[in-house]
Amino acid sequence: MQKIWKGALHILVGFGGLLLIWQLVASFAGFNPALFPSPWQALLGLGELAGNGTLWIGIQDSMIRFLIGYCIAAVLAISLGLVLGWFSRAWSFVNPVVQWLRPISPIAWMPFIVLWFGIGDLPAIVIIIYAAFFPVLLTTVSAVVKVDPIYLKVAKNFGIQQPQILFKIIFPAIFPQIMNGLRLALGTAWVFLVAGEMVGAQSGLGYLIIDSRNNLRADHLMAVMIVIGIIGFLLDTGIRQIERLASKNWSAAAGKGGA
Amino acid sequence: MQIQIKDVSQQYVQKGVTFQALSHVNLDIQKGEFICLLGPSGCGKTTLLNAIAGFVPITQGSITINGVPVKEPSIQNVTIFQNYGLLPWRNVQKNVELGLESNKSLSKQDIHAIASQYIDLVGLEKFKNHHPHQLSGGMQQRVSIARALAVNPEIIFMDEPFGALDALTRMKMQDEIAQIQVTQKKTILFVTHDIDESVYLADRIVVMTPNPGKIKSIIPVDLGRPRDRTSVDFFHLRDRVFEEFGMVPEEKTEYFI
Repeated sequence: MQKIWKGALHILVGFGGLLLIWQLVASFAGFNPALFPSPWQALLGLGELAGNGTLWIGIQDSMIRFLIGYCIAAVLAISLGLVLGWFSRAWSFVNPVVQWLRPISPIAWMPFIVLWFGIGDLPAIVIIIYAAFFPVLLTTVSAVVKVDPIYLKVAKNFGIQQPQILFKIIFPAIFPQIMNGLRLALGTAWVFLVAGEMVGAQSGLGYLIIDSRNNLRADHLMAVMIVIGIIGFLLDTGIRQIERLASKNWSAAAGKGGA
Repeated sequence: MQIQIKDVSQQYVQKGVTFQALSHVNLDIQKGEFICLLGPSGCGKTTLLNAIAGFVPITQGSITINGVPVKEPSIQNVTIFQNYGLLPWRNVQKNVELGLESNKSLSKQDIHAIASQYIDLVGLEKFKNHHPHQLSGGMQQRVSIARALAVNPEIIFMDEPFGALDALTRMKMQDEIAQIQVTQKKTILFVTHDIDESVYLADRIVVMTPNPGKIKSIIPVDLGRPRDRTSVDFFHLRDRVFEEFGMVPEEKTEYFI
Protein backbone atom coordinates (compact mmCIF):
# COMPACT_ATOMS: atom_id res chain seq x y z
CA MET A 1 0.00 0.00 0.00
CA GLN A 2 2.78 2.35 0.93
CA LYS A 3 4.43 1.47 -2.36
CA ILE A 4 1.39 2.57 -4.30
CA TRP A 5 1.29 5.90 -2.45
CA LYS A 6 4.94 6.42 -3.13
CA GLY A 7 4.43 5.63 -6.82
CA ALA A 8 1.50 8.04 -6.99
CA LEU A 9 3.59 10.70 -5.30
CA HIS A 10 6.40 10.27 -7.83
CA ILE A 11 3.96 10.57 -10.71
CA LEU A 12 2.23 13.61 -9.21
CA VAL A 13 5.43 15.49 -8.46
CA GLY A 14 7.01 14.57 -11.81
CA PHE A 15 4.09 15.69 -13.88
CA GLY A 16 3.40 18.64 -11.62
CA GLY A 17 6.92 19.86 -12.27
CA LEU A 18 6.56 19.33 -15.99
CA LEU A 19 3.27 21.22 -16.10
CA LEU A 20 4.76 24.06 -14.09
CA ILE A 21 7.71 24.46 -16.43
CA TRP A 22 5.41 24.22 -19.41
CA GLN A 23 3.13 26.89 -18.00
CA LEU A 24 6.06 29.17 -17.12
CA VAL A 25 7.51 28.89 -20.62
CA ALA A 26 4.11 29.53 -22.17
CA SER A 27 3.50 32.59 -19.94
CA PHE A 28 6.89 34.27 -19.94
CA ALA A 29 8.97 33.10 -22.92
CA GLY A 30 6.94 35.24 -25.27
CA PHE A 31 6.09 32.53 -27.83
CA ASN A 32 3.05 33.04 -29.97
CA PRO A 33 0.26 31.00 -28.31
CA ALA A 34 -0.67 29.60 -31.74
CA LEU A 35 2.80 28.03 -31.90
CA PHE A 36 3.28 27.15 -28.25
CA PRO A 37 0.02 26.38 -26.48
CA SER A 38 -0.26 26.51 -22.72
CA PRO A 39 -1.33 23.41 -20.76
CA TRP A 40 -4.80 24.83 -20.45
CA GLN A 41 -5.09 25.38 -24.20
CA ALA A 42 -3.89 21.85 -24.83
CA LEU A 43 -6.52 20.56 -22.44
CA LEU A 44 -9.21 22.57 -24.19
CA GLY A 45 -7.96 21.20 -27.51
CA LEU A 46 -8.15 17.71 -26.12
CA GLY A 47 -11.69 18.38 -24.96
CA GLU A 48 -12.63 19.62 -28.40
CA LEU A 49 -11.16 16.59 -30.17
CA ALA A 50 -12.83 14.26 -27.70
CA GLY A 51 -16.10 16.16 -27.90
CA ASN A 52 -16.47 16.03 -31.69
CA GLY A 53 -15.43 12.37 -31.80
CA THR A 54 -12.30 12.85 -33.92
CA LEU A 55 -10.06 11.61 -31.14
CA TRP A 56 -12.00 8.39 -30.52
CA ILE A 57 -12.08 7.49 -34.20
CA GLY A 58 -8.37 8.19 -34.39
CA ILE A 59 -7.61 6.02 -31.38
CA GLN A 60 -9.82 3.24 -32.69
CA ASP A 61 -8.22 3.22 -36.15
CA SER A 62 -4.73 3.29 -34.69
CA MET A 63 -5.44 0.52 -32.19
CA ILE A 64 -6.95 -1.78 -34.81
CA ARG A 65 -3.93 -1.35 -37.09
CA PHE A 66 -1.65 -1.75 -34.14
CA LEU A 67 -3.21 -4.98 -32.91
CA ILE A 68 -3.34 -6.54 -36.37
CA GLY A 69 0.25 -5.63 -37.20
CA TYR A 70 1.62 -6.52 -33.80
CA CYS A 71 -0.05 -9.92 -33.71
CA ILE A 72 1.09 -10.80 -37.22
CA ALA A 73 4.64 -9.74 -36.34
CA ALA A 74 4.59 -11.74 -33.12
CA VAL A 75 3.36 -14.94 -34.76
CA LEU A 76 5.79 -14.61 -37.68
CA ALA A 77 8.78 -13.71 -35.55
CA ILE A 78 8.20 -16.35 -32.87
CA SER A 79 7.66 -19.21 -35.31
CA LEU A 80 10.57 -18.17 -37.51
CA GLY A 81 12.72 -17.60 -34.43
CA LEU A 82 11.98 -21.09 -33.09
CA VAL A 83 12.90 -22.70 -36.39
CA LEU A 84 16.01 -20.59 -37.01
CA GLY A 85 17.18 -21.00 -33.43
CA TRP A 86 16.85 -24.76 -33.70
CA PHE A 87 18.61 -24.91 -37.08
CA SER A 88 21.36 -22.62 -35.92
CA ARG A 89 23.37 -23.24 -39.07
CA ALA A 90 20.61 -21.70 -41.15
CA TRP A 91 20.59 -18.81 -38.72
CA SER A 92 24.26 -18.12 -39.37
CA PHE A 93 23.26 -17.33 -42.96
CA VAL A 94 20.19 -15.31 -42.07
CA ASN A 95 21.78 -13.43 -39.20
CA PRO A 96 24.00 -11.10 -41.29
CA VAL A 97 21.02 -10.10 -43.41
CA VAL A 98 18.95 -9.41 -40.33
CA GLN A 99 21.76 -7.39 -38.78
CA TRP A 100 21.88 -5.29 -41.93
CA LEU A 101 18.10 -4.81 -42.15
CA ARG A 102 17.59 -4.09 -38.48
CA PRO A 103 19.23 -0.66 -38.25
CA ILE A 104 17.31 0.64 -41.28
CA SER A 105 14.54 2.69 -39.76
CA PRO A 106 11.08 1.56 -40.77
CA ILE A 107 10.50 5.18 -41.77
CA ALA A 108 13.12 4.82 -44.49
CA TRP A 109 10.94 2.11 -46.00
CA MET A 110 7.92 4.41 -46.01
CA PRO A 111 8.21 5.60 -49.62
CA PHE A 112 8.44 2.03 -50.84
CA ILE A 113 5.69 0.89 -48.54
CA VAL A 114 3.37 3.58 -49.85
CA LEU A 115 4.31 2.72 -53.43
CA TRP A 116 3.72 -0.97 -52.91
CA PHE A 117 0.82 -1.01 -50.49
CA GLY A 118 -0.90 2.26 -51.32
CA ILE A 119 -2.52 4.47 -48.72
CA GLY A 120 -4.81 3.42 -45.90
CA ASP A 121 -4.56 0.72 -43.28
CA LEU A 122 -2.06 -1.48 -45.04
CA PRO A 123 1.10 0.68 -44.98
CA ALA A 124 0.68 1.38 -41.28
CA ILE A 125 0.20 -2.32 -40.57
CA VAL A 126 3.23 -3.21 -42.67
CA ILE A 127 5.39 -0.74 -40.80
CA ILE A 128 4.31 -2.14 -37.43
CA ILE A 129 5.07 -5.65 -38.59
CA TYR A 130 8.49 -4.49 -39.69
CA ALA A 131 9.17 -2.61 -36.44
CA ALA A 132 7.95 -5.36 -34.11
CA PHE A 133 9.39 -8.27 -36.06
CA PHE A 134 13.09 -7.90 -35.36
CA PRO A 135 13.15 -7.53 -31.57
CA VAL A 136 10.94 -10.60 -31.22
CA LEU A 137 12.89 -12.60 -33.78
CA LEU A 138 16.24 -11.83 -32.21
CA THR A 139 15.19 -12.55 -28.63
CA THR A 140 13.51 -15.78 -29.73
CA VAL A 141 16.53 -17.04 -31.66
CA SER A 142 19.01 -16.22 -28.94
CA ALA A 143 16.74 -17.80 -26.32
CA VAL A 144 16.42 -21.02 -28.33
CA VAL A 145 20.19 -21.21 -28.73
CA LYS A 146 20.61 -20.78 -24.98
CA VAL A 147 18.01 -23.31 -23.83
CA ASP A 148 19.47 -25.28 -20.94
CA PRO A 149 20.86 -28.44 -22.60
CA ILE A 150 19.59 -30.54 -19.73
CA TYR A 151 16.01 -30.06 -20.94
CA LEU A 152 17.02 -31.41 -24.32
CA LYS A 153 18.84 -34.32 -22.72
CA VAL A 154 15.76 -35.17 -20.69
CA ALA A 155 13.56 -34.90 -23.79
CA LYS A 156 15.86 -37.18 -25.76
CA ASN A 157 16.00 -39.66 -22.91
CA PHE A 158 12.22 -39.85 -22.72
CA GLY A 159 11.87 -40.37 -26.45
CA ILE A 160 10.37 -36.98 -27.23
CA GLN A 161 11.02 -36.07 -30.85
CA GLN A 162 10.56 -33.09 -33.11
CA PRO A 163 8.21 -31.30 -33.49
CA GLN A 164 7.20 -32.24 -29.96
CA ILE A 165 10.53 -30.98 -28.60
CA LEU A 166 9.66 -27.56 -30.00
CA PHE A 167 6.19 -27.45 -28.44
CA LYS A 168 6.86 -29.29 -25.19
CA ILE A 169 10.37 -28.17 -24.34
CA ILE A 170 11.77 -25.25 -26.31
CA PHE A 171 8.73 -23.00 -26.51
CA PRO A 172 7.82 -23.22 -22.82
CA ALA A 173 11.48 -23.02 -21.83
CA ILE A 174 11.97 -19.72 -23.63
CA PHE A 175 8.51 -18.31 -23.00
CA PRO A 176 9.74 -15.73 -20.47
CA GLN A 177 12.33 -14.43 -22.93
CA ILE A 178 9.72 -14.32 -25.69
CA MET A 179 7.49 -12.24 -23.42
CA ASN A 180 10.42 -9.93 -22.85
CA GLY A 181 10.97 -9.58 -26.60
CA LEU A 182 7.27 -8.96 -27.11
CA ARG A 183 7.39 -6.15 -24.58
CA LEU A 184 10.37 -4.51 -26.28
CA ALA A 185 8.63 -4.82 -29.64
CA LEU A 186 5.43 -3.33 -28.28
CA GLY A 187 7.09 -0.02 -27.49
CA THR A 188 8.95 0.16 -30.79
CA ALA A 189 5.87 -0.77 -32.78
CA TRP A 190 3.79 1.92 -31.10
CA VAL A 191 6.40 4.57 -31.88
CA PHE A 192 6.48 3.59 -35.53
CA LEU A 193 2.75 3.19 -35.89
CA VAL A 194 2.31 6.89 -35.27
CA ALA A 195 5.17 7.68 -37.63
CA GLY A 196 3.69 5.41 -40.27
CA GLU A 197 0.28 7.01 -40.01
CA MET A 198 1.82 10.42 -40.51
CA VAL A 199 2.81 9.43 -44.02
CA GLY A 200 0.55 6.79 -45.39
CA ALA A 201 -2.78 7.04 -43.61
CA GLN A 202 -5.96 9.10 -43.78
CA SER A 203 -6.93 8.37 -40.19
CA GLY A 204 -5.46 7.44 -36.84
CA LEU A 205 -3.42 9.32 -34.26
CA GLY A 206 -0.44 9.87 -36.56
CA TYR A 207 -2.76 11.31 -39.16
CA LEU A 208 -4.30 13.60 -36.54
CA ILE A 209 -0.83 15.00 -35.84
CA ILE A 210 -0.31 15.88 -39.49
CA ASP A 211 -3.85 17.16 -39.79
CA SER A 212 -3.39 19.44 -36.78
CA ARG A 213 -0.17 20.76 -38.22
CA ASN A 214 -1.82 21.47 -41.57
CA ASN A 215 -4.58 23.38 -39.77
CA LEU A 216 -2.01 25.18 -37.64
CA ARG A 217 -3.68 23.86 -34.47
CA ALA A 218 -0.80 23.56 -32.04
CA ASP A 219 -3.24 22.87 -29.20
CA HIS A 220 -4.61 19.82 -31.06
CA LEU A 221 -1.08 18.75 -31.85
CA MET A 222 -0.16 18.80 -28.20
CA ALA A 223 -3.38 17.06 -27.21
CA VAL A 224 -2.80 14.19 -29.63
CA MET A 225 0.77 13.82 -28.44
CA ILE A 226 -0.43 13.54 -24.87
CA VAL A 227 -2.88 10.82 -25.89
CA ILE A 228 -0.17 8.93 -27.81
CA GLY A 229 2.03 8.96 -24.73
CA ILE A 230 -0.74 7.80 -22.45
CA ILE A 231 -1.73 4.91 -24.72
CA GLY A 232 1.91 3.86 -25.10
CA PHE A 233 2.27 3.89 -21.33
CA LEU A 234 -0.92 1.88 -20.86
CA LEU A 235 0.15 -0.69 -23.44
CA ASP A 236 3.48 -1.13 -21.71
CA THR A 237 1.86 -1.43 -18.29
CA GLY A 238 -0.58 -3.98 -19.68
CA ILE A 239 2.08 -6.20 -21.21
CA ARG A 240 4.17 -5.95 -18.06
CA GLN A 241 1.23 -7.30 -16.11
CA ILE A 242 0.81 -10.16 -18.56
CA GLU A 243 4.54 -10.83 -18.41
CA ARG A 244 4.44 -10.95 -14.63
CA LEU A 245 1.45 -13.27 -14.55
CA ALA A 246 3.04 -15.55 -17.11
CA SER A 247 6.41 -15.74 -15.41
CA LYS A 248 4.78 -16.38 -12.04
CA ASN A 249 4.01 -19.97 -12.89
CA TRP A 250 7.02 -20.27 -15.14
CA SER A 251 9.42 -19.02 -12.56
CA ALA A 252 12.30 -19.65 -14.93
CA ALA A 253 14.58 -17.83 -12.54
CA ALA A 254 13.52 -19.96 -9.62
CA GLY A 255 13.65 -23.09 -11.75
CA LYS A 256 17.14 -22.26 -12.93
CA GLY A 257 18.21 -21.51 -9.39
CA GLY A 258 17.15 -24.96 -8.32
CA ALA A 259 18.81 -26.48 -11.34
CA MET B 1 25.27 -59.83 -18.74
CA GLN B 2 23.04 -56.79 -19.14
CA ILE B 3 25.66 -54.13 -19.81
CA GLN B 4 28.97 -54.97 -21.46
CA ILE B 5 31.69 -52.37 -21.76
CA LYS B 6 34.65 -53.54 -23.80
CA ASP B 7 37.90 -51.64 -24.16
CA VAL B 8 36.20 -48.26 -24.26
CA SER B 9 38.30 -45.15 -24.80
CA GLN B 10 37.12 -41.61 -25.20
CA GLN B 11 39.08 -38.61 -26.39
CA TYR B 12 38.26 -34.94 -26.51
CA VAL B 13 40.09 -32.37 -28.54
CA GLN B 14 39.94 -29.06 -26.77
CA LYS B 15 41.80 -26.06 -28.21
CA GLY B 16 44.03 -28.37 -30.18
CA VAL B 17 44.96 -30.48 -27.15
CA THR B 18 43.82 -34.10 -27.09
CA PHE B 19 42.40 -35.06 -23.74
CA GLN B 20 42.04 -38.71 -22.80
CA ALA B 21 38.79 -38.88 -20.81
CA LEU B 22 38.57 -42.68 -20.73
CA SER B 23 41.25 -45.22 -21.39
CA HIS B 24 40.59 -48.92 -22.09
CA VAL B 25 37.64 -49.35 -19.75
CA ASN B 26 36.23 -52.85 -19.33
CA LEU B 27 33.20 -53.57 -17.16
CA ASP B 28 30.34 -56.06 -17.12
CA ILE B 29 27.18 -55.30 -15.19
CA GLN B 30 24.47 -57.76 -14.35
CA LYS B 31 20.77 -57.12 -14.27
CA GLY B 32 19.66 -55.77 -10.91
CA GLU B 33 23.13 -54.75 -9.79
CA PHE B 34 23.79 -51.51 -7.98
CA ILE B 35 27.08 -50.18 -9.33
CA CYS B 36 28.80 -47.07 -8.03
CA LEU B 37 31.34 -45.31 -10.22
CA LEU B 38 33.57 -43.64 -7.67
CA GLY B 39 36.44 -41.25 -8.20
CA PRO B 40 37.65 -37.66 -8.06
CA SER B 41 36.59 -35.11 -10.65
CA GLY B 42 38.21 -35.66 -14.01
CA CYS B 43 38.38 -39.44 -13.62
CA GLY B 44 35.86 -39.94 -16.42
CA LYS B 45 33.06 -41.38 -14.32
CA THR B 46 30.45 -39.01 -15.72
CA THR B 47 31.83 -39.48 -19.24
CA LEU B 48 31.49 -43.24 -18.84
CA LEU B 49 27.94 -42.86 -17.57
CA ASN B 50 27.01 -40.54 -20.45
CA ALA B 51 28.54 -42.99 -22.92
CA ILE B 52 26.55 -45.94 -21.53
CA ALA B 53 23.41 -43.81 -21.46
CA GLY B 54 23.97 -42.94 -25.12
CA PHE B 55 24.45 -39.20 -24.73
CA VAL B 56 28.01 -39.13 -26.08
CA PRO B 57 29.52 -41.41 -28.71
CA ILE B 58 32.69 -43.25 -27.77
CA THR B 59 35.83 -43.04 -29.87
CA GLN B 60 36.95 -46.64 -29.35
CA GLY B 61 35.61 -49.93 -28.04
CA SER B 62 32.03 -51.09 -27.64
CA ILE B 63 29.16 -50.70 -25.21
CA THR B 64 26.19 -53.02 -25.45
CA ILE B 65 23.01 -53.23 -23.41
CA ASN B 66 21.27 -56.62 -23.67
CA GLY B 67 23.59 -57.35 -26.58
CA VAL B 68 22.58 -54.26 -28.57
CA PRO B 69 25.20 -51.57 -29.17
CA VAL B 70 24.33 -48.23 -27.55
CA LYS B 71 23.86 -45.49 -30.15
CA GLU B 72 21.46 -43.02 -28.58
CA PRO B 73 19.51 -42.51 -25.35
CA SER B 74 16.60 -44.85 -24.87
CA ILE B 75 13.54 -44.67 -22.67
CA GLN B 76 14.57 -48.11 -21.37
CA ASN B 77 17.50 -46.49 -19.60
CA VAL B 78 16.67 -43.29 -17.81
CA THR B 79 19.22 -40.82 -16.48
CA ILE B 80 18.72 -38.81 -13.29
CA PHE B 81 20.84 -35.68 -13.13
CA GLN B 82 22.37 -33.84 -10.21
CA ASN B 83 20.39 -30.73 -11.08
CA TYR B 84 17.23 -32.84 -11.46
CA GLY B 85 16.36 -31.79 -15.02
CA LEU B 86 12.80 -30.92 -14.05
CA LEU B 87 10.83 -28.65 -16.33
CA PRO B 88 10.12 -25.53 -14.25
CA TRP B 89 6.94 -24.69 -16.14
CA ARG B 90 5.34 -28.04 -15.32
CA ASN B 91 4.00 -28.98 -11.91
CA VAL B 92 5.03 -32.22 -10.18
CA GLN B 93 2.24 -34.26 -11.76
CA LYS B 94 3.02 -32.99 -15.26
CA ASN B 95 6.75 -33.48 -14.81
CA VAL B 96 6.26 -37.11 -13.92
CA GLU B 97 3.88 -37.53 -16.85
CA LEU B 98 6.49 -36.25 -19.30
CA GLY B 99 8.10 -39.58 -20.08
CA LEU B 100 4.74 -41.32 -20.41
CA GLU B 101 3.39 -38.90 -23.00
CA SER B 102 5.41 -40.37 -25.84
CA ASN B 103 3.86 -43.78 -25.20
CA LYS B 104 1.02 -43.86 -27.72
CA SER B 105 -0.68 -46.88 -26.16
CA LEU B 106 -1.49 -44.99 -22.97
CA SER B 107 -4.64 -42.92 -22.59
CA LYS B 108 -4.68 -39.65 -20.69
CA GLN B 109 -6.23 -41.39 -17.70
CA ASP B 110 -3.57 -44.13 -17.77
CA ILE B 111 -0.81 -41.55 -17.84
CA HIS B 112 -2.35 -39.67 -14.95
CA ALA B 113 -2.82 -42.85 -12.91
CA ILE B 114 0.71 -44.15 -13.49
CA ALA B 115 2.27 -40.80 -12.67
CA SER B 116 0.19 -40.52 -9.49
CA GLN B 117 1.27 -43.99 -8.45
CA TYR B 118 4.96 -43.09 -8.61
CA ILE B 119 4.44 -39.71 -7.01
CA ASP B 120 2.87 -41.61 -4.11
CA LEU B 121 5.83 -43.99 -4.10
CA VAL B 122 8.28 -41.17 -3.49
CA GLY B 123 5.94 -39.63 -0.91
CA LEU B 124 4.99 -36.44 -2.75
CA GLU B 125 1.24 -37.00 -3.06
CA LYS B 126 0.57 -33.73 -1.27
CA PHE B 127 2.73 -31.78 -3.71
CA LYS B 128 1.29 -32.89 -7.04
CA ASN B 129 0.28 -29.41 -8.02
CA HIS B 130 3.43 -27.67 -6.86
CA HIS B 131 5.97 -26.37 -9.29
CA PRO B 132 9.61 -27.45 -8.91
CA HIS B 133 10.79 -24.11 -7.49
CA GLN B 134 8.33 -24.52 -4.62
CA LEU B 135 10.04 -27.75 -3.53
CA SER B 136 13.25 -28.40 -1.62
CA GLY B 137 16.21 -29.99 -3.41
CA GLY B 138 15.47 -33.40 -1.95
CA MET B 139 11.86 -33.21 -3.05
CA GLN B 140 12.87 -32.12 -6.52
CA GLN B 141 15.17 -35.10 -6.80
CA ARG B 142 12.30 -37.33 -5.67
CA VAL B 143 10.17 -35.95 -8.49
CA SER B 144 12.94 -36.78 -10.89
CA ILE B 145 13.18 -40.32 -9.48
CA ALA B 146 9.42 -40.74 -9.79
CA ARG B 147 9.61 -39.51 -13.38
CA ALA B 148 12.31 -42.04 -14.16
CA LEU B 149 10.50 -44.96 -12.49
CA ALA B 150 7.20 -44.07 -14.16
CA VAL B 151 8.42 -45.21 -17.57
CA ASN B 152 9.49 -48.52 -16.03
CA PRO B 153 13.08 -48.53 -17.29
CA GLU B 154 15.43 -51.47 -16.95
CA ILE B 155 18.40 -49.35 -16.01
CA ILE B 156 18.63 -46.09 -14.11
CA PHE B 157 21.70 -43.92 -14.50
CA MET B 158 22.32 -41.46 -11.71
CA ASP B 159 24.89 -38.72 -12.10
CA GLU B 160 25.80 -37.48 -8.62
CA PRO B 161 22.08 -37.23 -7.92
CA PHE B 162 22.43 -36.21 -4.28
CA GLY B 163 25.47 -33.97 -4.71
CA ALA B 164 23.52 -30.76 -4.25
CA LEU B 165 21.69 -31.88 -1.11
CA ASP B 166 22.62 -31.27 2.51
CA ALA B 167 24.15 -34.19 4.40
CA LEU B 168 21.05 -35.35 6.26
CA THR B 169 18.74 -35.10 3.26
CA ARG B 170 21.34 -36.95 1.28
CA MET B 171 21.38 -39.86 3.70
CA LYS B 172 17.62 -40.01 3.63
CA MET B 173 17.65 -40.07 -0.16
CA GLN B 174 20.27 -42.82 -0.08
CA ASP B 175 17.96 -44.91 2.09
CA GLU B 176 15.12 -44.32 -0.32
CA ILE B 177 17.04 -45.16 -3.46
CA ALA B 178 18.46 -48.30 -1.84
CA GLN B 179 14.96 -49.40 -1.00
CA ILE B 180 13.59 -48.49 -4.40
CA GLN B 181 16.31 -50.54 -6.04
CA VAL B 182 15.28 -53.59 -4.04
CA THR B 183 11.52 -53.21 -4.53
CA GLN B 184 11.58 -52.05 -8.17
CA LYS B 185 14.40 -54.42 -9.21
CA LYS B 186 16.30 -51.95 -11.36
CA THR B 187 19.89 -51.99 -12.45
CA ILE B 188 21.40 -48.78 -11.11
CA LEU B 189 24.58 -47.09 -12.24
CA PHE B 190 25.42 -44.40 -9.77
CA VAL B 191 28.18 -41.81 -10.19
CA THR B 192 29.55 -40.30 -7.01
CA HIS B 193 32.70 -38.90 -5.45
CA ASP B 194 31.44 -39.66 -1.95
CA ILE B 195 33.12 -42.80 -0.54
CA ASP B 196 30.54 -43.35 2.21
CA GLU B 197 27.75 -43.05 -0.28
CA SER B 198 29.28 -45.68 -2.52
CA VAL B 199 29.87 -48.11 0.37
CA TYR B 200 26.33 -47.58 1.59
CA LEU B 201 24.68 -48.14 -1.78
CA ALA B 202 26.75 -50.29 -4.08
CA ASP B 203 26.90 -54.01 -4.75
CA ARG B 204 30.20 -53.25 -6.44
CA ILE B 205 32.25 -50.09 -6.30
CA VAL B 206 34.11 -49.23 -9.48
CA VAL B 207 37.07 -47.11 -8.40
CA MET B 208 38.26 -44.75 -11.11
CA THR B 209 41.36 -42.54 -11.34
CA PRO B 210 42.08 -39.57 -13.60
CA ASN B 211 44.73 -38.73 -16.24
CA PRO B 212 43.75 -40.73 -18.16
CA GLY B 213 40.36 -41.77 -16.78
CA LYS B 214 40.43 -45.47 -16.13
CA ILE B 215 39.18 -48.15 -13.76
CA LYS B 216 41.67 -48.75 -10.99
CA SER B 217 39.85 -51.54 -9.21
CA ILE B 218 36.44 -53.02 -8.57
CA ILE B 219 35.50 -53.61 -4.95
CA PRO B 220 32.60 -55.94 -4.17
CA VAL B 221 30.57 -54.77 -1.19
CA ASP B 222 29.37 -57.92 0.53
CA LEU B 223 27.32 -56.19 3.20
CA GLY B 224 23.70 -57.12 3.72
CA ARG B 225 20.84 -54.68 3.32
CA PRO B 226 19.68 -52.52 4.92
CA ARG B 227 23.17 -51.36 5.76
CA ASP B 228 24.36 -49.83 8.98
CA ARG B 229 26.55 -46.80 8.44
CA THR B 230 28.08 -47.23 11.90
CA SER B 231 28.89 -50.94 11.81
CA VAL B 232 32.43 -52.29 11.95
CA ASP B 233 32.06 -54.04 8.59
CA PHE B 234 31.01 -50.76 7.03
CA PHE B 235 34.15 -49.07 8.33
CA HIS B 236 36.35 -51.93 7.13
CA LEU B 237 35.03 -51.54 3.63
CA ARG B 238 35.29 -47.80 3.84
CA ASP B 239 38.94 -48.10 4.81
CA ARG B 240 39.48 -50.48 1.94
CA VAL B 241 38.20 -47.80 -0.46
CA PHE B 242 40.29 -45.10 1.20
CA GLU B 243 43.32 -47.33 0.64
CA GLU B 244 42.49 -47.52 -3.05
CA PHE B 245 42.88 -43.77 -3.22
CA GLY B 246 46.05 -43.91 -1.14
CA MET B 247 44.44 -41.84 1.56
CA VAL B 248 45.28 -43.99 4.59
CA PRO B 249 48.51 -42.90 6.27
CA GLU B 250 50.79 -45.82 7.20
CA GLU B 251 50.93 -44.91 10.90
CA LYS B 252 47.20 -44.76 11.15
CA THR B 253 46.86 -48.51 10.64
CA GLU B 254 49.40 -49.07 13.41
CA TYR B 255 47.30 -47.07 15.84
CA PHE B 256 44.39 -49.37 15.16
CA ILE B 257 46.44 -52.44 16.04
